Amino acid sequence: MLTYIIRRLIGAFAMLIVISMVTFGIFYVVPQWAGATPEAMASRYVGRAATPETVHLVAERLGFYDPVVVQYGNFVKGIFAGAQYDYGAGVEQCPAPCFGYSFISGQPVWPDLLDRMPVTFSLAIGAAVLWVIAGVTVGVVSALRRGSFFDRLTMGTALAGVSLPIFFTGMISLVVFSYGLGWTPPGGSYTPIDENPALWAYDLLLPWITLAFLFAATYARLTRAGMLETMGEDYIRTARAKGLKERQVVVKHGLRATLTPILTLFGIDFGLLIGGAILTETTYTLPGLGQYAILAIRTQDMPQVMGVVLVAATFVVVASLIVDLLYAVVDPRVRLS
Amino acid sequence: MSFLDVKDLKIHFPTDDGIVKSVDGLSFGVERGKTLGIVGESGSGKSVTSLGILGLHKGGRARLSGEIWLDGEELIGASAEHVRRLRGKKMAMIFQDPLSSMHPYYTVGHQIIEAYRIHHDVSKQVARKHAIDMLGRVGIPEPARRVDSYPHEFSGGMRQRAMIAMALSCDPELLIADEPTTALDVTVQAQILDLMRDLQREFNSALIIITHDLGVVAELSDDILVMYGGKCVEYGTAEDVFYRPEHPYTWGLLGSMPRLDREPTERLMPIKGSPPSLINVPPGCAFHPRCPYAERTGDKARTEVPALTETAGGHLVRCHMSRDERHSLWENEIKPVLEIQ
Amino acid sequence: MLALALAACGGGSGSTQQPAQSASGGTGAQDAFNAAVTGVFNPSTKKGGTLKAAHSSDWDSLDPGDTYYGYSFDFGRFYWRTLTMYKPGPGPEGNTVVPDLAESLGTPSDDGKTWTYKIKSGLKFEDGTPITAKDVAYAVARSFDKETFPHGPSYLNELLAWPKDFKGVYKTPDVDYSSAVEATDDTTVVFHLNKPFASMDYIVQMPMTAPVPKDKDTGAKYREKVVSSGPYKFETNEIGKRFALVRNDQWDPATDPNRPALPDRIEVQLNVNADDLDNQIISGDIQLDIPGTGMQPAALGKVLPDPALKARTDNPTIPRLWYVSVIPDNAPLDNVNCRKAVMFAADRVANQTAYGGEVAGGEIATNVMPPAIVGQEKFDLYPSADNKGDLTKAKEALAACGKPDGFTTTMAYRSDRPREKALAEAMEQALSRVGIKLTLKGFPASSYFSDYAGNVNYVKENGIGLAAHGWGSDWPDGYGFLQAIVDSRTIRDAGNYNLSVKNPEVDKLIDQASGELDEAARAKLWVEVDKKVMEDASILPVVWAKSLLMRGKGLTNVAYNEGQSMYDYIMLGVE
Repeated sequence: MLTYIIRRLIGAFAMLIVISMVTFGIFYVVPQWAGATPEAMASRYVGRAATPETVHLVAERLGFYDPVVVQYGNFVKGIFAGAQYDYGAGVEQCPAPCFGYSFISGQPVWPDLLDRMPVTFSLAIGAAVLWVIAGVTVGVVSALRRGSFFDRLTMGTALAGVSLPIFFTGMISLVVFSYGLGWTPPGGSYTPIDENPALWAYDLLLPWITLAFLFAATYARLTRAGMLETMGEDYIRTARAKGLKERQVVVKHGLRATLTPILTLFGIDFGLLIGGAILTETTYTLPGLGQYAILAIRTQDMPQVMGVVLVAATFVVVASLIVDLLYAVVDPRVRLS
Repeated sequence: MSFLDVKDLKIHFPTDDGIVKSVDGLSFGVERGKTLGIVGESGSGKSVTSLGILGLHKGGRARLSGEIWLDGEELIGASAEHVRRLRGKKMAMIFQDPLSSMHPYYTVGHQIIEAYRIHHDVSKQVARKHAIDMLGRVGIPEPARRVDSYPHEFSGGMRQRAMIAMALSCDPELLIADEPTTALDVTVQAQILDLMRDLQREFNSALIIITHDLGVVAELSDDILVMYGGKCVEYGTAEDVFYRPEHPYTWGLLGSMPRLDREPTERLMPIKGSPPSLINVPPGCAFHPRCPYAERTGDKARTEVPALTETAGGHLVRCHMSRDERHSLWENEIKPVLEIQ
Repeated sequence: MLALALAACGGGSGSTQQPAQSASGGTGAQDAFNAAVTGVFNPSTKKGGTLKAAHSSDWDSLDPGDTYYGYSFDFGRFYWRTLTMYKPGPGPEGNTVVPDLAESLGTPSDDGKTWTYKIKSGLKFEDGTPITAKDVAYAVARSFDKETFPHGPSYLNELLAWPKDFKGVYKTPDVDYSSAVEATDDTTVVFHLNKPFASMDYIVQMPMTAPVPKDKDTGAKYREKVVSSGPYKFETNEIGKRFALVRNDQWDPATDPNRPALPDRIEVQLNVNADDLDNQIISGDIQLDIPGTGMQPAALGKVLPDPALKARTDNPTIPRLWYVSVIPDNAPLDNVNCRKAVMFAADRVANQTAYGGEVAGGEIATNVMPPAIVGQEKFDLYPSADNKGDLTKAKEALAACGKPDGFTTTMAYRSDRPREKALAEAMEQALSRVGIKLTLKGFPASSYFSDYAGNVNYVKENGIGLAAHGWGSDWPDGYGFLQAIVDSRTIRDAGNYNLSVKNPEVDKLIDQASGELDEAARAKLWVEVDKKVMEDASILPVVWAKSLLMRGKGLTNVAYNEGQSMYDYIMLGVE
């Protein structure tokens, strides 16, 4: 078990290195293959109608004249050894892990990421609780009442939920519930939980429900399919033959087996989500990692992009490791080796 | 009235293509301490019969009629909750494939404990001790250690022993074993059958063994019921059915019995064709399309359903041929080939 | 007063200017379309309340020396003061500059190369220290360092006579920059220019002249904590998320006749979803859309058909031209007659439709300078019935060019801008009527000027003949609008905004105009530049842009200011 974890961690680390190289390549190397000069790259980070001198100075400052390997090396070095930032009137130390300074805002990336994590965590955890409860409950009931009105209604809704994008459902929900009925706060509302837990929940309610709706739809469909399959298994018949109450048969024997594959999906979904719920955060203007990522990409702010990609990738890698470990706990047939 | 008395049991399933008459007018009885073997090919309705007795036939869709009396109590028409309380306690079942019939995520012990505690208000410790005890009695070595094993960690034979332990954990008075040895290899089959015989004696329960293999029931059964197309075609004591079988289908079953003294692939008298569809049971005698002697009774075979008639004391046969005709066929044509002494 | 009103009507805009409303106090003004264009909507002098504003992205920088957005210049006046500023309020007067820190407008030397400003007394920073001419000169000098402040405009870098060895106040702290800008005493700022320049009063309304106390200057980090010289100061500043301004008690209204400073507090939320922002403006949860460039297409579809919502909007023509560069680099467009054929063959109505029509897009443009520019004259060298093109003249021009059957060329546009794509398609269809075949090529907006349409080699190697383009002026005079897009001497290898005007006669006229100190004569010269460019047929004007702005619920004192080309933010109050 321990060797397995160590081996997986080494693999995860190698994976992160590859991801960082690929990301770096997409933003630094590919444009150069396409013929972009250091000046052309720097021109993204200057103001309107900047003079060639300005562009040249900025390209120099951002190190675009260095060979790509040196630029990547500096980035990696910053993560492990820290870096320095010359803000004109002085030099600022950026201690490890230093993901560099934003080209646009001049802010160090790492504190920004730390600052935004609680927002995304709050969003992801709340939504996950809702969607797991709602999705699994609806899926189980639909499976047990296959073909009923409830089944057809919820599965129709679930199909809509899967196919409707969040920027659509999110926008509609804001217009109806926030601006129409006034039940929920307007977009852009967020209160940290340590400031006021009630307001925290109130502000996040609509994003939670919207995000949960999307996932609950998937989970309901999966749970339903899984339950239909599981409830036809021989061991369910055995459970009934023992004289178990139907409720126990469904929950203890049926659901137990159905949930195992769903757990895997949940781990990956949740890992992806805590790396940034991009659409939800953008739609509701929540200052989380997802919004940070989309702003970073929009402004092509390389250090920000690298930082947020690596953090998100770390979450996914760790989540999948935890899922694999949990899987071995949940399904005794699985051996880690 | 017997301990279990089934009268004119019909289990019909309405489907889009028509009504599936899985069981169509079946009557039989089993006493405590006695064993009934129900024999037939797959699709003859034998498994549905056993599930019907336990109330486990597929819920709302099935139409059940007739009578099932268990220890003087009518089960058809009883509340689902009442039947549930009887399940596992008064009547228990052993299934064909112990691997798929045990929950893969729970230990063997857990599953026995669960079965016990449904019907007994005892602590987990007491139930666990009982589970270890039961595992020991079905011949599992080191039961105190194996109680915490998962089903996949057991061999096939061990699993079936565990399954038996689970079924017997509440000391049921009626035990139904549905193809208990089919999934096992031959040497293990014999061990399991021995075990079941011993346990039955010990517990003095009524036992129904359901199988397609006459050989399995030969040693265990007191009575044998042969099913074909949802109906009983021959019913009698084991001796009657083995030594004086009168139905051509029973002859066929005897002929297709795998025997230790023959090559496994060699079948003496295989039955031609395949079992009938339970939606469109052939008119007349359901067996006539496959019966080598159907011509002897002319049109009757195709138009008239033969009645189940008593040929000797308690020996029932459903055939248009006369008793003499059947006797002479058996004595002169079948018995010599099968080399039954 | 009468004379002023007449001048206003005679001025370029040509739209139906109504005389400014007499100031009627109180609230509950009637909503009416364009109410804040023609006058002050819901005028009030009531102080107090919180102004809630939002921005769909983020500032380039809050540092006055490092910012170059119209909204930033407009909003920044809450916390900074500059030597001059646009006259607040509606109407054509909004295009004129008035003194702010300075006692009066600048005094040029006879040769137009030295400009002197006297600043008022009693001015203080938020910490109570007096604002002196030295703080202004220092602010100008620090903005020189484009490595530290890459965003801001570089007009002063180019106009002033900086010493050769000056690399900015951080890298070369000991170099004396008084040859460019100096404080001769506590109240006098003197600018020394390379060449005569007449529009200096417009330059010094830009925030590079907002005073910065040297001992509080932290270079690139100053944007995190700007020291206020205006009526408001920063209370909080969460970079990339939000900031809040509160009253600056060191600001003395007696020194500042231009800022009513009505709200007690101003809250700004950043990076708000653009569509949601429009919805919140409609619902009243947010009162001010900071970028001020108009509503999103999604909201337009909702607002325009609804009379009640439309009555809350204003639809001004802004000093921005959407156009097509007709690039003379590749044959046969190097021949002026072939370029004229393009001018005549284009369907102006179809082009306007591509930009969203009259309200969402703008007025059909017949020349380069938009009506909002001071001294603009409207003329049309390529007229046609119904504005749908003169095919006969187009064919004549083609014949004169030696291509009577037409020719083939490529048109570039920004593929992430649906309107430019529609424009390219309209052009393709219109020009095909005279045999000019277009190949359309879309490019990403972020590298459009650096790598494609604004890259000289790319244009030549790929035979780009036409390119969709748009330009807005930094200040509403001829220099502010034209110089960057028609002066061929600004052209370099890549990153060009002037894609097509390469005419020495135009360059000569530009020099003449920018050195002319007489305002009326100068305006005439800029019109000459405009005419020369149109004769050169290297710019095909499409529309003079209009924006659709919505007045937030509960706002008072709302007016569209022509100098800002958006609402005048410092006038705003809340009910």
